[in-house]
Amino acid sequence: MSATAITATRLSKSYRIARALVRQPYRTLQEEVIALPRTLWKRAWGQSEKLETFWALEDVSFEVGEGEVIGIIGRNGAGKSTLLKILSRITEPTRGRAEIFGRVGALLEVGTGFHPELTGRENIYLSGAILGMRRSEITRRFEEIVSFAEVEQFIDTPTKRYSTGMYTRLAFAVAAHLEPEILIVDEVLAVGDAAFQKRCLGKMEDVAGQGRTVLFVSHNTQAVRQLCTRCILLEHGRVVADGETDETLATYNERLRTLRIDAETGINNPENRRGSGAVRFTGVSVEDLSGEERYNFRMGETVRFRLSYQVNEPMRGVAMVIALRSGLSREMMTTVRHVVTTEPVTAGSRGTVIIDLPEVYIRPGEYPLYLHISESVATKTNYDVLDDLTPPLVIAPGGRQLHGNFDPAQPVGVFSLPSRMTIVDPAAVPEAASSVRDRASRVTA
Amino acid sequence: MTVSAATGPESHSYSQRRPTVVIEPTSGWAALELGELWKYRDLLLILAGRDVKLRYKQTALGVAWVVMQPLVAAAIFTVMFGRFAHLPSDGHPYIVFVFAGVVIWNYFAAILQRAGNSLISDSRLITKVYFPRLAIPLASTFSALLDLTVSLVVLGAMLAFFSIAPTWRLLTLPLFVLLAAVAATGVSLWLSALNVRYRDFVHAMPFLLQVWMFASPVAYATTLVPEKWRLVYALNPAVAFIEGTRWAVLGSSSVTAPMVVQAAGLSLVIFLGGAFFFRRVERSFADSV
Repeated sequence: MSATAITATRLSKSYRIARALVRQPYRTLQEEVIALPRTLWKRAWGQSEKLETFWALEDVSFEVGEGEVIGIIGRNGAGKSTLLKILSRITEPTRGRAEIFGRVGALLEVGTGFHPELTGRENIYLSGAILGMRRSEITRRFEEIVSFAEVEQFIDTPTKRYSTGMYTRLAFAVAAHLEPEILIVDEVLAVGDAAFQKRCLGKMEDVAGQGRTVLFVSHNTQAVRQLCTRCILLEHGRVVADGETDETLATYNERLRTLRIDAETGINNPENRRGSGAVRFTGVSVEDLSGEERYNFRMGETVRFRLSYQVNEPMRGVAMVIALRSGLSREMMTTVRHVVTTEPVTAGSRGTVIIDLPEVYIRPGEYPLYLHISESVATKTNYDVLDDLTPPLVIAPGGRQLHGNFDPAQPVGVFSLPSRMTIVDPAAVPEAASSVRDRASRVTA
Repeated sequence: MTVSAATGPESHSYSQRRPTVVIEPTSGWAALELGELWKYRDLLLILAGRDVKLRYKQTALGVAWVVMQPLVAAAIFTVMFGRFAHLPSDGHPYIVFVFAGVVIWNYFAAILQRAGNSLISDSRLITKVYFPRLAIPLASTFSALLDLTVSLVVLGAMLAFFSIAPTWRLLTLPLFVLLAAVAATGVSLWLSALNVRYRDFVHAMPFLLQVWMFASPVAYATTLVPEKWRLVYALNPAVAFIEGTRWAVLGSSSVTAPMVVQAAGLSLVIFLGGAFFFRRVERSFADSV
């Protein structure tokens, strides 16, 4: 690698959180005044307030070469966003040091600074300036931005009248024309439709192709695979793997598999463990019909889910849903609600169920799992979700291996129903293939 | 955080291999980094422009609000203090005398009002993008200028109506506007930074402004205050810029040079103190806003 673009040395960031995890981030003066005698007393006696120090990031070191496209992966709460916020200078590290060579463009969300009351034109200038562009620079690129976003007709309309799609396109267009030397991107692709996401990826590939450095944070393994040559895996604020994308992703999936899923896992993490806690998954195992735990299946095999749960508060019945998502956060396949029981269940009761997905004819690819348990009646609070807490289900080609990987941007279907081919005129079939024909009486398209 | 001086948003050359940015924990007092702020001057103006545009979007009266507010206030003060209480107005028509005070006071108050809560209302920006945080409260100082300009035009019309001819002193008006801007921005830097930590200041603001207005010669003349106490009274910087504005516009008032010097010095101290205080606490904004 030629020159260095980013050097991070033992970057750490701690937050002080009170034992009650819902501590408000600010206090009113009154609270402070009332607490003052106590605080002073404690300070005088050397007892500090019982604040826990939570390390969102701990001793993270790495080096990024100019022109490298690096993925930063990890589960929610692993410290990915904190790292980005430090590198984009939004917040300071508690310890450590980072050196950055070149102009940084950070894209932590789409539409930063957009105001719905302002017109498209006004928002382009506002958002551009916030992202660090000079007015003259924006003017120079204005036409380009507008045509990329395809909003020419509505450029003087307040953006609150825009459709979500138009709004997102315009917001991304501004950011895409920032032309930084180092681009830092966070999960921006989680928004918009598949076609738009494809376009964002394309634009980022352009950026990478021009020899600029890209830091891409995502738990969208598909996009990471497509874009990045190297990946850094974060877990509990530490670097646990740093290397080629395939290797790091394999480590990631391996670690997800060994992760103990119980009532406590990620319980403080609202991103992937939601719900009131009235019911929690206590065990998840994905296995084949012989009972062996695995996440790699061939097309057409049966995937068995063994799910255990524990009820912590009385509930009106129990029901479960399994969904396979595409790498781009939308559900490709959602099961019916499997009702375990409609009878009231008491606190402390436990259960285990098996849900089979028989003969999975889904196009080869990686499908993150989404597991949901709730009361059997519709409810907004009493549920539990496992979202990206298990390795994704990997479907490999089966049979004749003629399946392209699933790509949400391609106009081909996700599901392949079992289909059958009978060869009427064997003369069209070369000799060598006849054995294959005999073996595969049932062939998938 | 420290930024090496040579490069910034525009620079594309880093051949000398000096880092563009060094990210490190900082503690204690930080430099003001005015160079960094200068690089983001376009952002400052665009933010100010946004404030102006948003203020009068979807209002039926639009800019008429800018004219009406001070006029109505001046009319009420004229009736109450001029007609009923027969307070002195240094020999000028009471309405013109009061209006001049209201106009400059409103500029001062507008900066404080807008800047005070500005960091909270722009919290989305603070948690998602880097830019010099000073740009946010400073934008209020600029956006309030539009209202001031409109009010000054009305004041000009009023002077013409009462046939008060401008003197050379009118040329000093920008200095008093500057004094008001520095004083207001200084206070607003303190308040906006404190407001991130203690939301109490949102509630304190209207009260503070009300008390401060009656402690300032907006509706009455400084001549009400005994002469020996005037310099003490003028520890309130508003005294100098209000009476100064009257002096510039109407040609005479009770303002004295020591008053102005004292106010300027005090405002500068508040301003610089506020700026350094702001820089000191801004590093935690993204974590606590």
